[in-house]
Amino acid sequence: MSIKKFVVGGFTDEQVLFSAVKKVRSSGYKIHDVYTPMPIHGLDKAMGLRETSLHTAGFIYGITGTTTALSGIGWIFLSDWPLNFGGKPHFSLPAWIPITFELTVLFSAVGMVLTFCYLCQMAPFVKKHHFNLRSTDDLFVMVLECTEKNNESDMSAFLNSLGAIEVNVQEAETGWWLGRYDKDSKPFEKKKASLA
Amino acid sequence: MALLKYESQVRPPLVNGDKDYHQVTEDIVRPIESNPSKMWWAGFLIAVGLLCFGIYSVYRDVDYGIGQWNLNKTVGWGWDITNFVWWVGIGHAGTLISAILLLFRQGWRTGVNRAAEAMTIFAVMCAGQFPIWHMGRVWMAFFVMPYPNTRGPLWPNFNSPLLWDVFAISTYFTVSLLFWYAGLLPDLATVRDRAKLKWRKLFYGITSFGWTGSTKHWQRHEALSLVLAGLATPLVLSVHTIVSFDFATSVIPGWHTTIFPPYFVAGAIFSGFAMVQSLLIISRKVLKLEDYITMEHIEVMNKVIVLTGSIVGVAYLTELFIAWYGQNKFENWAFMQNRVNLFSPLGWSYYIMMGCNVLSPQIFWFKKMRRNLTVTFFMSVIVNIGMWFERFVIIVTSIYRDYLPSSWSTYYTPTIWEIGFYLGTFGLFFTCYFLFSKFFPVIAIAEIKHILKRSGENYKEKMGDAEKEPLEVFAHEMAH
Repeated sequence: MSIKKFVVGGFTDEQVLFSAVKKVRSSGYKIHDVYTPMPIHGLDKAMGLRETSLHTAGFIYGITGTTTALSGIGWIFLSDWPLNFGGKPHFSLPAWIPITFELTVLFSAVGMVLTFCYLCQMAPFVKKHHFNLRSTDDLFVMVLECTEKNNESDMSAFLNSLGAIEVNVQEAETGWWLGRYDKDSKPFEKKKASLA
Repeated sequence: MALLKYESQVRPPLVNGDKDYHQVTEDIVRPIESNPSKMWWAGFLIAVGLLCFGIYSVYRDVDYGIGQWNLNKTVGWGWDITNFVWWVGIGHAGTLISAILLLFRQGWRTGVNRAAEAMTIFAVMCAGQFPIWHMGRVWMAFFVMPYPNTRGPLWPNFNSPLLWDVFAISTYFTVSLLFWYAGLLPDLATVRDRAKLKWRKLFYGITSFGWTGSTKHWQRHEALSLVLAGLATPLVLSVHTIVSFDFATSVIPGWHTTIFPPYFVAGAIFSGFAMVQSLLIISRKVLKLEDYITMEHIEVMNKVIVLTGSIVGVAYLTELFIAWYGQNKFENWAFMQNRVNLFSPLGWSYYIMMGCNVLSPQIFWFKKMRRNLTVTFFMSVIVNIGMWFERFVIIVTSIYRDYLPSSWSTYYTPTIWEIGFYLGTFGLFFTCYFLFSKFFPVIAIAEIKHILKRSGENYKEKMGDAEKEPLEVFAHEMAH
C-alpha cells in the first residue's frame, strides 16, 4: 500500500458535474471516483463504469432457492420419510409451490444483499476514507488521482474552471477502503449527442 | 443524457417550500439531533407500559398454559389468530408502497416509504407473536423448522398451509427488513457525517456500514433496490394469500372459499394504508415534516383506501351471494344465521365490519374529505377497527356454532390475558416506532433529493418555462 495524492473538487449542481466528468475524462485525467449524496442516473455511464452484474447474481441465488426447496421437499416426501395423507400422491407438486416460491425469494434477497455488501466492502464497523463529509449532504465530490504525468496545480485549476466550488489536494493511503472502482472503467467512448 | 426529466406542471409538487439539498438534510435529520419532546416521552412510556403488560400476559400464558384464554371446544382460534391476521394485514402497506409503487414509478412514495416500511417490519414482528405463543409449549417452537433431527428424523408437513405460513411470514419479515435497511444505509451515513457527539458518530458509523456515496456503490444500490422491489412485489401478494390459505384450504363453512386470496390481499392493503395514515398524520405534525408528507400524499393514500375498501366490499357481497346461490346448507347457515342475522349472538360484529370497511370509506369519493386531516385520521382508525372485526367475523362466527348444536352454548369472550397479549403487541409496535422515529430518518433523505429537482415546489415553478418551449428545443438543451 502506498500513499497517493488526490485532487478533490466539490460541485453543487449535478448538471455542472456531468459536463465536468465528460471534460475531465476527455482530457485524459483519471477519475478516482465521484461521491454523491443521492443516485444520479447516467453518471455511471458518463464515468465509463460497466453495468453491475448484481442482477445476475440475484437470479443465480433465486434458482438455488428453487432447487433447494424442490429437491429438499422431494427427497423428504418421496424417499426419506414418505407420509400417507389420505392416500394422496407423495409427489404433490402444487402443494409445494408456496414454500418453493418463498425460498426462491428468500435466497435471492439474502444472497443479493450479502453480495452487495461484499462488492462494496461494507459491513458494521467498517470505516472508509472520506474525502469530503459534505458528499453525503449536498456536495457532489469528484476525486482525481495524481499521477506522474500531471501535476496537482494544473488539475486544481482545471477543476475550478469546470465549476467546482471548492478544490483541495488530499493524500490517502490506497487500499480496499478506497474502493477499486477505477479498475472497472472502460475507455471513454465519444458518442454523438442525440435528440430525444 | 437523461438527467433532469422535467415533470408536467399538472402534477402537484411532492416537496413544498423553497428547499435545496442541504435544507432537505436539515429538515429530516432535525428530530434525530434534537432532544425528544415531552410528547415523545409520554407516548414512549405508555407504549413501554403496554409492552410490559403484554410480556406479563405472555409470561402467564407460558406458566399457566393457554388455558387461561377463553378458547373452547369449537372456538379453537379466537382473538389470537384474529390479531395475527390483523397485524400481518397491516404489515402489507409498507412493502406495497416501497416495492410495487417503485416498479410503477410513483414519485410520491418517496415521502412515505421509509416510515411505512418500518411500520411493516414492526407489524410483522407483532403478528409473529400470536402463532408462536399460541403453540402453548413454546419451547418446542423450533419443531416447525425442517432440519435433520433425532426424532426420526421427523419432518414438518410441507403440504400444510400452516407450515407455508411459517415460511411466508419469516421470508416476508427478512426481505422487508433487508429492503428497508439497504435503503437506510445512505441516510445513516448522512447522519453519521453530520454527527458532533461521540456516541452518535459511533452509532451511525456502525450502522451505516461505511457508506461513502461512491458512484459504483450507488449503481449497485439502485440495482439492488430494483431487484428487491421485483422480488418483494409477488412476495407481498403471496403472504396474505398464504395466510388466507390457512382458512381457505379447510372445509369449515365460511372459510372454504376460493375468493379468499385476492380478498385478503385487498383487505391487507386497505388496513395497512389506514395504519400508515394514522402514524404519518401524527408523525408529520410532531416531527414538523409537513413539507415532505404533504396533503398530496395523504390524498393519494385516501384514494387507495377507498379503492381497496370497495374491493373488499365487493368481496363481502360476492361471498354472501355465493353462500345463497351455492345452495350448500352449511355454508348458507354460516352466512345467513351466524353473520347476517343481527339477532344471532355475534351478528353485531358483521355489521360493524360492513359499516367500518365498506360504507364509511365511501366518503373519500369527495375531494374535500380526502384532504381533511381530522376526517382522514378518524377514518384510518375506523378502518382498522373494521378490519379487526373482519378477521373476527371470519374466524369466530364460522366456528362458534358448528355442525353439532349441543356444543353451541358457549359465547366466546376474551379473558383479560388475551386482551393483555393484544395490548402488549400494541406496546411492542409503538415502542419500536417511537425508537425508530427518534433514531432513524423517518423519510428517505437520498430519495427525496433524487426527486427534488423534478418535483420540488420551487423547481417546478421554473419548469413552467420549460413547458412553454417546444419539446425538441428542451430536449436539445438537455442533451448538451
